[in-house]
Amino acid sequence: MAWNYSELVKQHFFQPKNVGRVENADGTGDVGSIACGDALSLTIAVDKNTDIITDAKFQTFGCGSAIAASSMLTEMIKGKTLDEALKVSNADIAKALGGLPPEKMHCSVMGREALEAAVNNYRGITPEAHDEEEGRVICTCFGVTEGKLRHVIAENDLRTLEDITNYTKAGGGCGACIDELEILLEEHLQQKPHTPTPTAARQPLTNLQRISLIQELLDHEVRPILQEDAGDLELVDIDGLRVTIRMVGQCSGCRAAGLTTKWIEDKLREIVDPAIELHVKEDL
Amino acid sequence: MKRVYADNNATTQVAPEVLDAMMPYLTEKYGNPSSMHEFGGQVGKVIEDAREKVALALGAQNATEIVFLSCGTESDNTAIRSALATKKDRRKIVTTRVEHPAVLTLCRHLEREGYQVRYLPVDRQGNLNLDDLRDAMDDQVAVVSIMAANNETGVLYPVAEAARIAHQHGALFHTDAVQIMGKVPLNLQETDIDLLSISGHKIHAPKGIGALYIRRGSRFRPMILGGHQERGRRGGTENVPGIVALGKAAELSLQHIDDEQTRVRALRDRLETALLRIPNSIVNGDRDNRLPGTLNISFEFVEGEAMLLMLDQVGICASSGSACTSGTLEPSHVLRALGVPFSFAHGSLRFSFGRYNNDADVDHIIETLPPIIERLREISPFKPA
Ligand SMILES: Cc1ncc(COP(=O)(O)O)c(C=O)c1O
Repeated sequence: MAWNYSELVKQHFFQPKNVGRVENADGTGDVGSIACGDALSLTIAVDKNTDIITDAKFQTFGCGSAIAASSMLTEMIKGKTLDEALKVSNADIAKALGGLPPEKMHCSVMGREALEAAVNNYRGITPEAHDEEEGRVICTCFGVTEGKLRHVIAENDLRTLEDITNYTKAGGGCGACIDELEILLEEHLQQKPHTPTPTAARQPLTNLQRISLIQELLDHEVRPILQEDAGDLELVDIDGLRVTIRMVGQCSGCRAAGLTTKWIEDKLREIVDPAIELHVKEDL
Repeated sequence: MKRVYADNNATTQVAPEVLDAMMPYLTEKYGNPSSMHEFGGQVGKVIEDAREKVALALGAQNATEIVFLSCGTESDNTAIRSALATKKDRRKIVTTRVEHPAVLTLCRHLEREGYQVRYLPVDRQGNLNLDDLRDAMDDQVAVVSIMAANNETGVLYPVAEAARIAHQHGALFHTDAVQIMGKVPLNLQETDIDLLSISGHKIHAPKGIGALYIRRGSRFRPMILGGHQERGRRGGTENVPGIVALGKAAELSLQHIDDEQTRVRALRDRLETALLRIPNSIVNGDRDNRLPGTLNISFEFVEGEAMLLMLDQVGICASSGSACTSGTLEPSHVLRALGVPFSFAHGSLRFSFGRYNNDADVDHIIETLPPIIERLREISPFKPA
């Protein structure tokens, strides 16, 4: 589908400003991942006395609007103090670009996130402490947290599920989080109290053949592909239809791990049993 | 600026011979073939002439086996729905994970109507294992629908053998032959295929015309009910210019198969060899079992849409299976079915050549694409090791 990009988006895509990395950067913000389809690494230099961002550079993997939004972001924050810069919202980035197609708003959100990450990095706020604030991951396909969702929904006054997907990607993969997104949306629309979502029931069942089939499938079909991306998995347990794995290497901590696990689950369901439930054991 | 059209799997240029053939039916010969007068009646004869030509191109036994309809999508939908309607006691469908949305979307819908659908997997090369089909078959399967060639990767599927397997279990066999027509010889008489779909705009006829082959003697249920056109198998006043165009295009496609298999294949192979010199590139789909003009290739660390925008600037039309271009947030279902690593799936490009491409087109791509990838990799935070 041909996107209807503004002249400014095209300009910042074809002649991006501030490409690269600031040497000896004072703050770095890395967001997104190659698996998600876009990633941005923002580096900034900050004047210690005035808190002014004296330089900003970016490296982006992504589509035209992701590159354009990154370029525009660096232009917008240079010369601003950190607090001023943090006032730049994703909507401001989109507006400065002469607008973005609705489906591409998540590119501006990524820019805003990188900015926040770079400032936090400069201020010594660790990603772990920050992640806690972000809360639970709701969309596992694209690693979107509850905190981010609440923030983006409120800031952009999102009104539909489609808006949420356009701005955050949440719900754009397997769709398993749609119910939870609807609850967040309802809360925003009506300021209603949170209601917990029911958890799916599981059916235990054991079978030697199934176990060896699962093992064979993981060893011969899944792991070689993960290894191509410098990742891997370990089979932790098979309890009936419940398969537990641990992601290792590049795969662990990858924010797009949800997409990968969904793919593995699809494979297991297709070849072993449609009722397979895949669980990923998190390392502590 | 020179334009290089390397997106022939998306659609093709209308051949000048086809345009000439259809033109009179857009102008002076506008009669309705159902009319009693000779002005309309003479138009009915050209429809039968076009039917003969399509039958010949497909190696069908009889022209009456061909029904004209509006497009490839309608043909796929009609075939599968008809098969289900004529095998009412059976509730299963077997297809593949790599079908075109014309089949996949319908199958998902049919699941909601209570049918059980089995989506056969493909391997890393995009090939189907017929043992998976054998395993999926039982006496509940009404129809097996497997495409003859994939539109994204060009991978070919063993439909003649698959049709025999379907018949062993009393199921009907349908194939989406939209991409294979005119590129690989077809001879339906020698196969067990019951239903086959084609589309005009992939073979140098205009958009909005297609056909369905229905093996003689098979039962059929129409999807569009109306007048007695197409012997009651597809209601609606005929798209006469489209039908004439499809007939002419089918005739030409037979004449061009050799060209596709030799000259067009050589263009594709030359591009492939040159592009594989770019570090961290892989071909998606079995290189030894593909349509001659299709190249699906991925470049790591760059994103498909970004490449397409830059190619567009230098006049090159291609397509991509990346998330941003598929209009969704995930890479194409075909690349995912092959298990292409995400880092490569997002950076996929498809070039598809045809009758009107030449060496200069390939040269232009070979000259312009490597610097584009280099530039995007400079912008990217990820780089080849
Ligand atoms: C394999 C395949 N099947 C079906 C179609 C649909 O054909 P049409 O565009 O005529 O509906 C296409 C083309 O888009 C195709 O490539």
